[in-house]
Amino acid sequence: MQQVILKEEMAKRQAPPLGTCMMGLAWVGPGIIQYGTEEQKKRFIPDILNSKYHWCTGYSEPNVGSDLAALQCKAVLDGDHYVINGTKIWTSLAPFAQWISMLVRTDNFGATTTKHDGITALLVDLSSAGIAIKPIENMAGGKVFAQIFFDDVRVPVNNRLGKEGQGWAVTISSLANERSSIGEVTAMYAKLDGLKTLVKDSQRQGKPAMEDQRIRRRLAVFEAKIEAMRLNGLRYLTRQIKGEPLSSETSVNKLHRADLEVEMSDFAIDVLGQSGLQLGNQIETVDRGKWAKESLGWPNVVIGGGTPNIQKNIIAERILGLPKD
Amino acid sequence: MNFGFTEEQDLLRDQVRKFLDAQSPVSRVREIMHTDEGFDRQIWQQIADLGWLGLVVDPEHDGVGLGFVDLIVILEEMGKSLFPSPFIAHSLAASTLDELASDDQKKRYLNDLACGRKIGTIALLDIHDLPNADSISLSGVVHQDGVILSGKKTFVMDADSADLFVVAFKDQHAIYLALISRDQTGVSTQGSATMDLTKRTGSLELDHVKVAPQDLILATAENISRLLDKAAVAVTAEVIGAAEAVIYMTSSYAKDRIQFDNPIGKYQGVKHRLAEMYVDVESFKSLLYYAAWCVKESPAELARSASLAKAYASDAFSQIGTDGVQLHGAIGFTQEYDMQLYLKRSKWARPIFGDADYHYERIHQLSVTD
Repeated sequence: MQQVILKEEMAKRQAPPLGTCMMGLAWVGPGIIQYGTEEQKKRFIPDILNSKYHWCTGYSEPNVGSDLAALQCKAVLDGDHYVINGTKIWTSLAPFAQWISMLVRTDNFGATTTKHDGITALLVDLSSAGIAIKPIENMAGGKVFAQIFFDDVRVPVNNRLGKEGQGWAVTISSLANERSSIGEVTAMYAKLDGLKTLVKDSQRQGKPAMEDQRIRRRLAVFEAKIEAMRLNGLRYLTRQIKGEPLSSETSVNKLHRADLEVEMSDFAIDVLGQSGLQLGNQIETVDRGKWAKESLGWPNVVIGGGTPNIQKNIIAERILGLPKD
Repeated sequence: MNFGFTEEQDLLRDQVRKFLDAQSPVSRVREIMHTDEGFDRQIWQQIADLGWLGLVVDPEHDGVGLGFVDLIVILEEMGKSLFPSPFIAHSLAASTLDELASDDQKKRYLNDLACGRKIGTIALLDIHDLPNADSISLSGVVHQDGVILSGKKTFVMDADSADLFVVAFKDQHAIYLALISRDQTGVSTQGSATMDLTKRTGSLELDHVKVAPQDLILATAENISRLLDKAAVAVTAEVIGAAEAVIYMTSSYAKDRIQFDNPIGKYQGVKHRLAEMYVDVESFKSLLYYAAWCVKESPAELARSASLAKAYASDAFSQIGTDGVQLHGAIGFTQEYDMQLYLKRSKWARPIFGDADYHYERIHQLSVTD
């Protein structure tokens, strides 16, 4: 609830986004508050709140994406330390982070009954010996995600979040936090305003673009979806406040967000025509290439936290009760 | 902050569901929809006794004094069961009188509507793809003796069942609502069923009908707009229930129907489409709940919120109806199977009180004038 208010107010005042401290505030902090020991809370929460340390989250691996529970990066207990070997990839913000909240496999590969068992969550200092971070350039030219290599990295046992083997539960709650996305709605409205301004300043086929009924309709469809996200979020929040457990309803907004990210930035390019294709600062470039960059930047939001197809599986299986595939 | 229903509203929903399951299951709906009147007067009387016909009417005029948020609870359940009756037309007529009529008019008409002694409907527009005050072309000259009206209103909901018509017309100065009773000289109706036999419409013919001054309500374009917004809210509330029924029926079928050795609901081509339907229904449901809340609590936001809900629902439900049939395969378009009834409802709900094109354009216009 507090996060919703914070994000709405920040977006309204057009404050810069939380950026690199976002991960800590949105995902890692709530996880530590829910599953951490008293000592962990004292040690980590103040530094998350004052943004002293930036966090990233280590889930995906080179062969493990949507099927997250199949992860292979392993940690073996050695005295009062875990020793990690393996790799994590597509780790957003890793090049800027000091700490990572990550999932490792602590069972002996297949000894337990399901692949969800034997997964453990660890909080790891990225300056530990044996860690190498290799940034990966995305198609928009940014280097915000990375692959991280762990080679005999020693992590104290008291950096374990939750019990050994409880990592899956810890993750599910983090991902649900990520999918609630209520706070993003105000930013989406701001983006819609930006698109309206762009249309007002643009011509299409020799006429003001706003005279094109198809353009007006597309803007109104965006507005309907964004408003639906806002009201869905408030409806689900009301249920949480009343103490009714949510199933996977937050995937609804995650799917809207995914559609809108792609559709809104493509719309901008449609309105701009060829001048919307320039990423850099050439003379014809509109808004410093902002729309072009956004039209390539959507995978962060659309793929991160679970692809649209995975969200649809979640809704179909957990809410509608259809068989797993 | 509260974006949910109250305990009383949850109880009302249970009551409606139990009532409709007992009195009007789809097997009974199929019988009723083939009758001339298209609804069951015995069930209608029971609904009257339960207070639903005066739900949004002031208790001083025999109503219950609740609002549109309560009304949509009933309508969602009616939509789920495809309950055939003049309930929407009647509630809109009653709500209009409740808000705009004089005390004398309320005494003469509203008490009868609230108790179910008479059935009401609205006959506002003469052009139906532009649902606003510009589309009223019926005209008359109002003087001290009232007005004499001649003309024909088309697509009047439940025209053949109604006893009281709230008829919009213009004179050169203003818009009026005339309260016209079926038994007045010169009044006739010609009812017709739509492809959705549970929804009746018709025309109202007025041949030199004398309307006394005490049966006239001076109205504004804003009054008409608000009334049409309430109509869009009511229709969309039924759409929620009907769309949820499609999702439920189709998911159930997808769990049972085996092809290629698996239930078809295991295949992503089927399960993802069902998930998309769920996303859409959740979304226009949220939009509609907010619009219903705006009727009383935030009238200035009603136009935008009603248009958002109707625009989204018109397109989405139409696709849901089509895909519901398609995902069932051949059984889905047989007369015997209920799915086709929901497809017909999805066609009915699309143009009524403004289609998606109209409402999306209106959303744009409203955002420009803000």
